[in-house]
Amino acid sequence: MTTQTANPERPKPALWSILALLRRDKFALIAAVFLSITLLAALIAPPLLGGTGIDMDLMARNAPPFELERGFWHILGSDSLGRPILARILIAAQTTLLIAAAAVALSMVVGVTLGLIAGYRGGLVGDVIMRLTDIVMSFPSLLLALVVLYIFGPAISNVILVLAITRVPVYLRTTRAEVMEIRNRMFVIAAEVTGASVFRTVFRHILPMVAPTIATLMTIEFAFVMLAEASLSFLGLGVQAPEFTWGVMVAEGRAYLATAWWLSFWPGVFIALVTMSLNLLSNWLRIATDPVQRWRLEKEVASDE
Amino acid sequence: MAYYLTKRTIWSAVSLFGLVVFVFFMARLTGSPVDLYLPIDAPESLRADFERIHGFDLPLWQQFVGFLGGLLTFDFGESLRQGLPALDLVLQAMPTTLLLALYSIGTALVVAIVTGALAAWKPNSIFDRIATVLSLLGASLPNFWVAIVGVLIFSVTLRWVPTSGTGSAAQWVLPVLVLAIRPAGLLVQVARSSMISALSSAYVKTAQAKGAAPARIIFIHALRNAMLPVITVAGDQAAGIINGAVIVETIFGFPGVGKLLIDSIMFRDFAVVQAGVMVTAVAIFVLNFSIDIVYAVLDPRTRGQ
Repeated sequence: MTTQTANPERPKPALWSILALLRRDKFALIAAVFLSITLLAALIAPPLLGGTGIDMDLMARNAPPFELERGFWHILGSDSLGRPILARILIAAQTTLLIAAAAVALSMVVGVTLGLIAGYRGGLVGDVIMRLTDIVMSFPSLLLALVVLYIFGPAISNVILVLAITRVPVYLRTTRAEVMEIRNRMFVIAAEVTGASVFRTVFRHILPMVAPTIATLMTIEFAFVMLAEASLSFLGLGVQAPEFTWGVMVAEGRAYLATAWWLSFWPGVFIALVTMSLNLLSNWLRIATDPVQRWRLEKEVASDE
Repeated sequence: MAYYLTKRTIWSAVSLFGLVVFVFFMARLTGSPVDLYLPIDAPESLRADFERIHGFDLPLWQQFVGFLGGLLTFDFGESLRQGLPALDLVLQAMPTTLLLALYSIGTALVVAIVTGALAAWKPNSIFDRIATVLSLLGASLPNFWVAIVGVLIFSVTLRWVPTSGTGSAAQWVLPVLVLAIRPAGLLVQVARSSMISALSSAYVKTAQAKGAAPARIIFIHALRNAMLPVITVAGDQAAGIINGAVIVETIFGFPGVGKLLIDSIMFRDFAVVQAGVMVTAVAIFVLNFSIDIVYAVLDPRTRGQ
């Protein structure tokens, strides 16, 4: 690390210059702002809301959206027990994002570690790891998750575990492919020749090179895992009452589709908005973290000014 | 090529075996199906009879040996729920799912190739920007939500298509479209970027210099070369399509493999779950195998390897 900062010709882009790049890509900026607001709301809303969103109000059963007479929280309508949908969406955001974040973090750590081993060591260990990956990948993840969740029961921790396991291969394969290419480069060989330990070579020299790709991948994967959790919950084998996520809300509203469309509609809109923001952000991240492509963003910066 | 395909077949057989062992023992962990199929107050003798008839009283390893023996003759045992051979049930349901997947990926490919090619013709044009945003949106929509909203709009409100069933062609329209949206969104982006690089190549410049019409350049010269990445990604989407089919079949009441598997998991119908998992895995393997061959036909460079 010290060698990198000591090199004055190519300083690493500081946080502010990355933010400056973000400011120039309108779609990515909107996506980042929306995600920040959602994250903030998920963190602070549930304690502030108190009983709003949990207490029933049978007078407001299936109240339609865009009417303010019951108060601001009822602006997106109320559910079958008279609870305001907007408040419930904010409460559900916490569970939804928590599950996705935990699953992404878990599969990333396991996948990248195994990928580093398979890519750097190779040999029999690498082969065994790759074959295990093939087994997981040879079958539709949703069906596998359904079987496993049915056996172990649909608790939140099991949902996280199942989602993490089915997504490990994605990180593993990406990391392995990058490591196999990097490990023969001059700076890695130089480190090995000068007597750096395996630990140091992998974590100080190889991992930083793989990190940007993994960061981009994690952004897309967050969206994927969120959709997968929503699907599992929708099929009834994901998150169970009293906990609820956006997927659960869509599923619960399905029974009232003909009479109160807003029950299913709004939670789905939030799933779509967050997923889309993540996709936009990962597109931007892929370019911004790639030194070969970064000029595309920087050129736009220059031409704007 | 033959060596590669042989090696791949052997490894896939190993993966498949691992999957079968996994599912067999996992399914047994869910507990005995006796409680689910006999009334709670059934006498002990009746329960013992039930277990003996279906072989659940044997030690687990004997059940497993019996299961492996049956595999060799394609005998997966009988469905507890319907009293029919499990494999027959799965094979009956398979064509529905395969047709659903085929129509969907076909729709997605046509939409993606046409849109991607037109967007790539003038990068950053209005059409390109709209196509990019719409394709990102398509890749972000949760398909169970799209299915529900689709039913709400086209079946409940407009009454254009029926809500469920497979009897008429009209009943296929909504499920196929719902299933096609996500792969289409993804494939548009792949098709666009590979078309852009194909269009900037020397042979396209030559064709332009000769005065070939734009349609001829796009669809005759560039498209054939731009197809390879699109086919790769479309193949990777196959498992995803089966995932989506589980959801779409459940919502639209399609008698496909996805619905059969979910119902069988719920009713601890082990034989059908095992047969279903096996047949689905084989189907995905055959698909990946044929994609390799298509690839070799389209790209002469890969034939020698």
